[in-house]
Amino acid sequence: MRDSITLQVARYRPEQESEATFDEHEVPCPKEWVVLDGLNHIKDRIDGTLSYRWSCRMGICGSCGMTVNGEPKLTCATFLSEYGRGPVRVEPLRNFPVIRDLIVDMGDFMRKLVRVKPWIVRQAEKPLSEGEYRQTPEELDDYKQFSMCITCMLCYAACPIYGLDPKFIGPAAIALAQRYNLDSRDEGASERMEVLSEHEGIWGCTFVGECTKVCPKHVDPAGAIQRYKLTAAVESMKSFFMPRGA
Amino acid sequence: MIKRHPEPLLWMLFSAGGVVSALLMPILLVLFGLAFPLGWLQPPSYEHLLAVLRNPLTRLVLFGLCMPSLFHWAHRFRHTLYDGLQIKHLNEVIAVICYGGAIVGSAAAAYLLWHVP
Repeated sequence: MRDSITLQVARYRPEQESEATFDEHEVPCPKEWVVLDGLNHIKDRIDGTLSYRWSCRMGICGSCGMTVNGEPKLTCATFLSEYGRGPVRVEPLRNFPVIRDLIVDMGDFMRKLVRVKPWIVRQAEKPLSEGEYRQTPEELDDYKQFSMCITCMLCYAACPIYGLDPKFIGPAAIALAQRYNLDSRDEGASERMEVLSEHEGIWGCTFVGECTKVCPKHVDPAGAIQRYKLTAAVESMKSFFMPRGA
Repeated sequence: MIKRHPEPLLWMLFSAGGVVSALLMPILLVLFGLAFPLGWLQPPSYEHLLAVLRNPLTRLVLFGLCMPSLFHWAHRFRHTLYDGLQIKHLNEVIAVICYGGAIVGSAAAAYLLWHVP
């Protein structure tokens, strides 16, 4: 087994360069090391100025998404050994403005996320004395898959539509809207529909399916979008044929 | 309140067209494009086929195959032109050509099916 591998790491320091460059470093690659371990090795031992986001290193926080050899990956879940002899090229997530080195500006995604109200909306909260909102296992199953989203934004980096039209609300926001729409305790579906049924909402998607391919949590955002298209189309037809009733 | 735009209707036609063309087109193509001309199967006689086609139900099914399939093509081609060729600024022209083509094609299909001798 090889004991080291070459990491080509994208650097962008706006105060000293106008274009991204690459630094090359040899890092150890024991079989349990992931790309993030390699980056941490560089930061701790070789070049402390390298900037990137990470936190939990176990695929939960969703902050270490980067482009590894051209593909959007969670660097904490991508083993160096998968790349054989290397080199492994680490770049920031595509489709987002780069702030520094491997750090992207996620402001656009955050603003979109909040528009779909990814929380339980109630028309009226029942008093605490009446206890919790109960749910059957079947009701939980309806949305559980979509609740696995960790907002790592790999799907946005993979989505060619988002790349072409940054107004598109994007895969994770739609999947998370569905996570709450399908929750039996939620009453916010009609509020979310206003945002989702816009042209830049679900209709921007042409079902390329890359979002589902790269999702590290198997959320299947493409499936969520297709399901929601049917819901929205049916609602739209209803409001067309029954303008007052629907 | 949902904002009114034609996208849901167009998507439904696209979707329906995708389903019917995926289910029925291959069968028709294999039968009439390969199996009958190459003699794998004994082709039905002209009179037999004409009699089948004279049944209004057959014509309705064929129209139900042609029209959504054409709209499926229109929708897909429109998006291919938009995104593939990056010519979104020609939005209106592309939409008119694509959906216009589907409407003309559907009208032609309806005309031909209506005038089966």
